[in-house]
Amino acid sequence: MSFGYRAGATAVAAMLAVFGAPVMADEVTVVSGAVGAAVENFTAYVKPWEEKTGNTVKLVPMPASTSDQFAQYRLWLAAGTSDIDLYQTDVIWAPQLADHFVDLTAAAKDLIPTEFPSIVQSQTVNGKLVALPLFTDAPALYFRKDLLDKYGVAVPKTWDELTVAAQKVQDGERAAGNKDFWGFVWQGNAYEGLTCDALEWVKSFGGGQIVEPDGSISINNPKAAKAIETAKGWVGTISPAGVLSYQEEEARGVWQAGNAAFMRNWPYAYTLGNGADSKVKGLFDVTTLPVGAEGDTSAATLGGWNLAVSKYSKHQDAAISLALWLAGPEVQKMRALNESNLPTIQALYDDADIAAKQPIIPQWKNVFLNAVPRPSAPTLGKYNEVSSKFWSAVHDTLSGNGSAADNLAKLEADLTDLKGDAW
Amino acid sequence: MSTPDTYQGQAKGPSLQQQRARAAFWFLAPMLFALFCVAAWPLLRTFYFSMTDTTLDSLYGGKFIWFRNYFRTVTAASGLVTYRGTLVDPAWWNAVGNTVKFSLVSVLFETLLGLAVALVLNAEFKGRGFVRAAILIPWAIPTIVSAKMWAWMLNDQYGIINDIMMRLHLIDHKIAWTSTTDTAMIAVLMVDIWKTTPFMALLCLAGLQMVPRDIYEAARIDGVHPVKVFFRITLPLIRPALMVAVIFRMLDALRIFDLVYVLTPNSSATKTMSVISRENMIDFNKFAYGSAQSTLLFGILAIFVALYIWLGKVDLTGEGGR
Repeated sequence: MSFGYRAGATAVAAMLAVFGAPVMADEVTVVSGAVGAAVENFTAYVKPWEEKTGNTVKLVPMPASTSDQFAQYRLWLAAGTSDIDLYQTDVIWAPQLADHFVDLTAAAKDLIPTEFPSIVQSQTVNGKLVALPLFTDAPALYFRKDLLDKYGVAVPKTWDELTVAAQKVQDGERAAGNKDFWGFVWQGNAYEGLTCDALEWVKSFGGGQIVEPDGSISINNPKAAKAIETAKGWVGTISPAGVLSYQEEEARGVWQAGNAAFMRNWPYAYTLGNGADSKVKGLFDVTTLPVGAEGDTSAATLGGWNLAVSKYSKHQDAAISLALWLAGPEVQKMRALNESNLPTIQALYDDADIAAKQPIIPQWKNVFLNAVPRPSAPTLGKYNEVSSKFWSAVHDTLSGNGSAADNLAKLEADLTDLKGDAW
Repeated sequence: MSTPDTYQGQAKGPSLQQQRARAAFWFLAPMLFALFCVAAWPLLRTFYFSMTDTTLDSLYGGKFIWFRNYFRTVTAASGLVTYRGTLVDPAWWNAVGNTVKFSLVSVLFETLLGLAVALVLNAEFKGRGFVRAAILIPWAIPTIVSAKMWAWMLNDQYGIINDIMMRLHLIDHKIAWTSTTDTAMIAVLMVDIWKTTPFMALLCLAGLQMVPRDIYEAARIDGVHPVKVFFRITLPLIRPALMVAVIFRMLDALRIFDLVYVLTPNSSATKTMSVISRENMIDFNKFAYGSAQSTLLFGILAIFVALYIWLGKVDLTGEGGR
């Protein structure tokens, strides 16, 4: 018996010596939402790094909905799983997940000065750099220039002009036989994306940004109510009733099938819309989102994705090295060229290749620099609940469940409750 | 104990009855232990969490706060007293309403349709084995897959259901089934009934096959009308099986999560108890509050089953007179 044990132990030790000890190559696991062609492109981005370091990278694709991703990541992180080394994180998550990620300040000391300070700031929590920015995001109004020309409509500057223009094009196209044609598609599902869309309406009508940077709750005001009532007027007229269950990809589906005159979406849809399988290839252009009335300023919600290193990772060094590579100028340029993702490195906006292939990108520099952030900074750990209450109030209004004014008044009461003495 | 004299010699040890009880206990022990681990322990743990202020970021750092997740009073600086906690949370009661509505309607339809299908399958006809197997397919498909499949079929732009109904001129514009408040719940019910009717049919069929054939023969010789046969013979005889099937379905329906979560937007029109409890636990980092809702969900389930057993005089012991 004891002999058997000893022999077994010796064999295990021998095997460890042979296979276990000299681990040279690590497998780094990255988890990321899969929107558009992100998964296909990812392999190309990591390949140079794999060849250089000898490590391998495994991608775990997640659902497109950022709310779903967040829920899963929170569970994994709460359980301290070491299965995932790198998390692709939304711009709003940093304060909520900061404790679970490695401080990248030292590792990224060469990269940080090349980035836009506001983006680095958004990923810094109490002096700790939680995640490295991969690309930033600010939505655009996509419009069909061929159809606007056909019906003699100018590119709309205000939401009211958009409503009229969309109606006109829609009526014309339907009369011409395309019964499935719609004026305007956007993201109306009850999820984080609706918070983005609705924040843009409210802000561009001069109705504030839900919770102001100083923490005060500003959402219950007549301008915000008017903005949301305007959007409600679209549902079932210029936008399909089903828009209330659309996320980015559903809206892009209608748009790319050539069935919409206008679309609100992020820049990733620019490249895909010009892809070989797109019916709107070369037929559209982008502009900034409309405003409430003359004199208001256009508002684009600040989006963007970052890469955070799990502190439970067993391959932290390799993971940090990969994060630096993916957030570095080479990959950011590839992303810009392949997916029209907006770089976070300042110099890339003057890059000739990018300007030639993706004219939207240099054009978009000022849009994202002036983009409105969601109130994740002032509301800290309660942001998700704030956002959920906001999108629920908006979704209720859009689906005819109470007026905007009533729902916003109720929202204000709920948020005040939630805030308590301080966020 | 009146042990016969002949057994006096063995009276030192336990009686046969005791021995059997003891042996039975040891045979049951692994099962009881497994049940405790997978059922009782998580339940007690949820109950415990519901009385703490645990968050997902520190699962073991919660303080015990008794029932304050369920109900508490908050006195504002102005002296205004307000009530908090899930028992006075309108979102929770909206979810309870949605769930109960869903459960009652879906179980009612599933039972009626399931019974009808079972009666058909119980009859002798050619290819019965094949039909019996085929009808189980919806039940065999994982819910997530069928929910996604239906989501595409119900899609407002490309969905086949809208397409068919448009071609048949049943509707004059495409309906956004899963997104409008009025139809979202109907869509969920439709898919659930489609999916679960086979299960009910199977349970009903099992009941039907227990009914002795000679009773029907006797009824036929007496010239009893088939409708009367159904209500006076079939239904009373399959009632025990039917009642148990309904309990199963009810328990299942009251904890519905996947179908609602996948098929419809996350709006108050369809949010169920499980959906809102998960949302609090994970999305909002209010683990304890979500646990309180899970505990209430358990309580509501228990009340439903108790009421049902009591009202229906269901005999779950299997020892009642047939």
